[in-house]
Amino acid sequence: MNINLTLIGQSITFLFFVWFCWKFVWPPLLGVMKEREQKIATGLAEAERAGKDLELAQRKAAEQLKEAKEQAAEIIDGANKRANQIIDEAKQAALAEGDRLKAAAKAEIEQEVNRAKEQLRARVAELSVAGAEKILSVNIDAKAHDDLIEKLAAEL
Amino acid sequence: MAGEAQTATGYIQHHLQNMAYGKLPAGYTRADGTVLSEPTWTLAHSSQEAADMGFWALHLDTLGWSIGLGLLFCFLFASAAKKATPGVPGGFQSFVELVTDFIDKLVKETFPHRNSMVAPMALTIFVWVFLMNLMDLIPVDWLPMVAAKASGNDHLFFKVVPTTDPNATLGMALAVFALMIFFSVREKGLVGFIKELTLHPFHTGKWYFDILLIPFNFLLEAVSLIAKPISLGLRLFGNLYAGEMIFILIAIVFGVGVLGFIGAGLMHMGWAIFHVLVITLQAFVFMVLTTVYMAMAHHRDEEHEHDQ
Repeated sequence: MNINLTLIGQSITFLFFVWFCWKFVWPPLLGVMKEREQKIATGLAEAERAGKDLELAQRKAAEQLKEAKEQAAEIIDGANKRANQIIDEAKQAALAEGDRLKAAAKAEIEQEVNRAKEQLRARVAELSVAGAEKILSVNIDAKAHDDLIEKLAAEL
Repeated sequence: MAGEAQTATGYIQHHLQNMAYGKLPAGYTRADGTVLSEPTWTLAHSSQEAADMGFWALHLDTLGWSIGLGLLFCFLFASAAKKATPGVPGGFQSFVELVTDFIDKLVKETFPHRNSMVAPMALTIFVWVFLMNLMDLIPVDWLPMVAAKASGNDHLFFKVVPTTDPNATLGMALAVFALMIFFSVREKGLVGFIKELTLHPFHTGKWYFDILLIPFNFLLEAVSLIAKPISLGLRLFGNLYAGEMIFILIAIVFGVGVLGFIGAGLMHMGWAIFHVLVITLQAFVFMVLTTVYMAMAHHRDEEHEHDQ
C-alpha cells in the first residue's frame, strides 16, 4: 500500500503501451476496417447496378422476343400467301394447259373431219360421176365435165 | 492459505501486501530478527520492511502482471492487426474489430478534436485495465500459492491484481495527467494554459478586478485540475481493492466447516458474477474519463474552436 517507484514504472509502462497501440495496432486495424467498409459499399452499389442491368436486359429480351414473334408471323403470312399464289399459278397453268390441249385436240378433230370431208367429197365426186355415167349411160368426157364435177363436189 | 497456523488478520494482511523490492539500510533489523550489516537490496519480508524501504522500491508483482498483461494485449491485438484482411474476418479478428469499432465510435463522440493518439489510448486503457481487473476473478489463493510453491518461500507476497495497487492506478492517472498538461500547452500555448488557470471561472473583463481575482481563480482551477487524475486513479483502485477485499473475506469463510464451505462457495460465485460487471465498468469508466479529460485539454474557450 506504499506509494513508491512503482508509480513511475507504471506511468512509463502505460505510455509505452499507448505508444505501441498508437503506432502498430490502431492504424492497420482501422485501415482494414475502412477498406472493408469501402468494399462493401462498392459491392452494394455494384449489386444495385447489376439488378438494374438485369431488369434492362429482361426488358430488352422481352422486346426482342416480341419482335421475333412478329417477324415469324410475318414470315408465315408471306409463306402462306406465296403458297396460295403458287397454287393459283399452278391452277392457272393447268387450266391453260388444259385449254391448249383441248384446242389442239379440237384442231386435230377438225383436221380429221376436213380430211374425211375431202375424202368423202372425192368419193362423192367419183360416185356421182359413176352415177351420172350410169344414168346417162354415156361416157362423159371426164375432161370436158371436170368443171361440172368440181362444182358438184364443192357443193357437197 | 499460505503458511501455517494463520490468523484471519494475518491472512488478510498477507494478501494485501505487494512483493516489494527495495533497499534496506545498514543496521536494519529484519522481520526474522537478523540485523543487516550493510545496505541491502532485497524483497520485503513484512509490511513493515516494505514501508521502511521508502519511495525507492518496486512492487515486482504489480509491475510484472501489468507489463505481462499489457504485452498480452499488444501481442494479441498486434497479431490480429497484422493478419487482418479486408475480406471476411475470422473469429478473433471480428472480436478485435468489434472492440476497436466500439471504442472508435465512443471516442469520436466524446472527443471532437483532431488527435490520432486518443482513440488508440482509449483502446489500450480499456483492454489493458480490463485484463488487469480480470485477474480479480481468479480465486485469491491460486496464483499466490503457485508462486509460493515455485519460489519455495511460503511467505512470499504476491498480489496478482495490479489495479488493487494504488501505485498502478495512480501511475496511469499520472501519465494521463502529464498528457493533459502536454496537450493543453500544445493546443493553447503556455500563456493560454496559464490564463485558463487564472482567469476562470471568475472573469470581469476589467483588468484591475481580474488581477484581484487571480489567486482565487487559481486556487479553484488548480484543485479541479489536480482532482482529475487523483479521482481517476483512486476510483479504479477503490473499486478493485474493495472487490478483492470481499473475495479475501469470502475465502476466509471457506475454512469454517462444511456449512461455511458451501456458503462461501455461493457467496464467491455471486460476488464473482457481480464483479464481472464491476471490472468491465471500471475499465470503461477509466477509459471514458481519460478521453473526456483529453477533450478538455484540447478544448478552447475562444471562438475558434471548430476551425482547427
